[in-house]
Amino acid sequence: MSLTNERIQQRLTEKFGDVLSGFEEPYGLLTLTAQKDYNLKVMQFLFDDEELRFRFLTDITAVHYPEKKNEELAVVYHLHNLQDNIRLRLKVFTPVTKPDVFTATSLYESANWMERETYDFFGINFVGHPNLIRVLNVDEMTYFPMRKEYPLEDAMRIDKDDEMFGRGGNI
Amino acid sequence: MLDQKQHIKLPEGSIEKDTTTLNLGPTHPATHGVFQNILEIDGERIVSAVPTVGYIHRAFEKIAERRPYYQITPLTDRLNYCSAPINNMGWLLTVEKLLGIEVPKRVDYLRVIIMELARIADHLICSSVMGVDTGALTGFVYVMTYRELIYEIYEEICGSRLTTNIGRIGGFERNFTPTAFAKIERFLAEYPAVLKEFETLLTRNRIFMERTQGVGAISAERALSYGFTGPNLRAAGVDYDVRVANPYSSYQDFDFSVPVGTTGDSYDRFLVRNAEMWESISIIRQAMEKLKSLPAEVYHADVPAYYLPDKKDVYTKMEALIYHFKIVMGETDILPGEVYNAVEGANGELGFYLISDGGRSPYRLHFRRPCFIYYQAYPELIKGSMLSDAIVCMSSLNLIAGELDA
Repeated sequence: MSLTNERIQQRLTEKFGDVLSGFEEPYGLLTLTAQKDYNLKVMQFLFDDEELRFRFLTDITAVHYPEKKNEELAVVYHLHNLQDNIRLRLKVFTPVTKPDVFTATSLYESANWMERETYDFFGINFVGHPNLIRVLNVDEMTYFPMRKEYPLEDAMRIDKDDEMFGRGGNI
Repeated sequence: MLDQKQHIKLPEGSIEKDTTTLNLGPTHPATHGVFQNILEIDGERIVSAVPTVGYIHRAFEKIAERRPYYQITPLTDRLNYCSAPINNMGWLLTVEKLLGIEVPKRVDYLRVIIMELARIADHLICSSVMGVDTGALTGFVYVMTYRELIYEIYEEICGSRLTTNIGRIGGFERNFTPTAFAKIERFLAEYPAVLKEFETLLTRNRIFMERTQGVGAISAERALSYGFTGPNLRAAGVDYDVRVANPYSSYQDFDFSVPVGTTGDSYDRFLVRNAEMWESISIIRQAMEKLKSLPAEVYHADVPAYYLPDKKDVYTKMEALIYHFKIVMGETDILPGEVYNAVEGANGELGFYLISDGGRSPYRLHFRRPCFIYYQAYPELIKGSMLSDAIVCMSSLNLIAGELDA
């Protein structure tokens, strides 16, 4: 394993400077945050660069942080360099009011459904995606269910008279 | 809301066009799960396919945001239900990585045995179902006996068969019984002959070869671009196996090889799966051998704050009672953190992306489901092939609807 986290960080900082921030290594996995409009440029560089060679997209998902103003939604990419066997996590934060992020479908075919899933559950608008429609939920759904403003039913609620299932109404 | 008219109206030009639109699935018996493909066919040739997924979406990621950690294990059962123990272990390993729990070697080896048994059970289904789809039911019926035996082993260890909920954070809920070991020994003694016979039924069978060779082939470059992992990627010639690349559960202690194919077609996938079963048998043998030199009473790590104590102790010991209460009520402190952990599932890299904010349940849990990711290559794989080849291609991909839809 010739490539190290330090080397990747150095290489990326040389190229992008202060576009990238928040370098961390939780559990040994290099994590970094890119400015919103640079996600594709950073990924393109990681893909093309002969030293970095992050050419396998492991996963795309999103996280909702309602309390972070103007960067409520985080899109998280997990990339993998299969030759040097090293992983990297790239994050992009976007406001919930205008969740536009560039698509990675031009780099990876696999990004297609992963981005559709992320759109389906978080409403991230992947700009340039060829077919950004819901994938798991019904097409008629009007909201993005994985956002934190849609809580699950309280398991301890007592107002529901549902004795057949062990939840009486008069506890 | 639903506009009723849109379901009645035929699309423009649908009557005049040269090709036929055919719904394959969602409940077609040959799709082995809830998969729908809207095929555009010209005679028997497939012109295009549009897969629709999500028929059994159960919102596990959302449900997991409300459950304490130990209650999420049963959710993972229902992802790839053909090899539920691998999912369970993957999840437990993720939590252990988050909490920094080191489990004893014996637990690692017991887990390896369970995971490899699950891999065999899963590959067994996939390979034999390929036989069924090409018209050879015999192999399928024959090997079911040994899948049954694997399920009996699960039953002996955890009490359930299909959705196992096997293991706890830190180890196993109980030690393997002598009966369990006896059954594993019996499996190791009897199964190789059966697998050999199963292979002689199909591997060099002219009809089977004609039906699978060149069907649903994909190049290594395309497979990587489509995010293929597991046997499907290895059939295309890429030797990526999480067990070797990022060993977990002491896989580095075992001596096994990673079978790869060359053409990436259905036949190579079949061969890779069969070769992997032989490797799994060898791994289980090695694990059984290694267990002999380890203390037989160890079956969990010594982490009372996270490991659910024995029920007997809960009734008799103060400490166990306290920990039991805290774990069950979700009052245990879980470290805040962000972790990605992957295991080699039966059909690819099964990843868990877990964010904890210190609360009783995960802040966010995402499953990287291998077959959700590689199923999007399906239209490309079957384009231009015959309708019956599409069926073989689908079963060779080892698609599990429960995992696909999460």
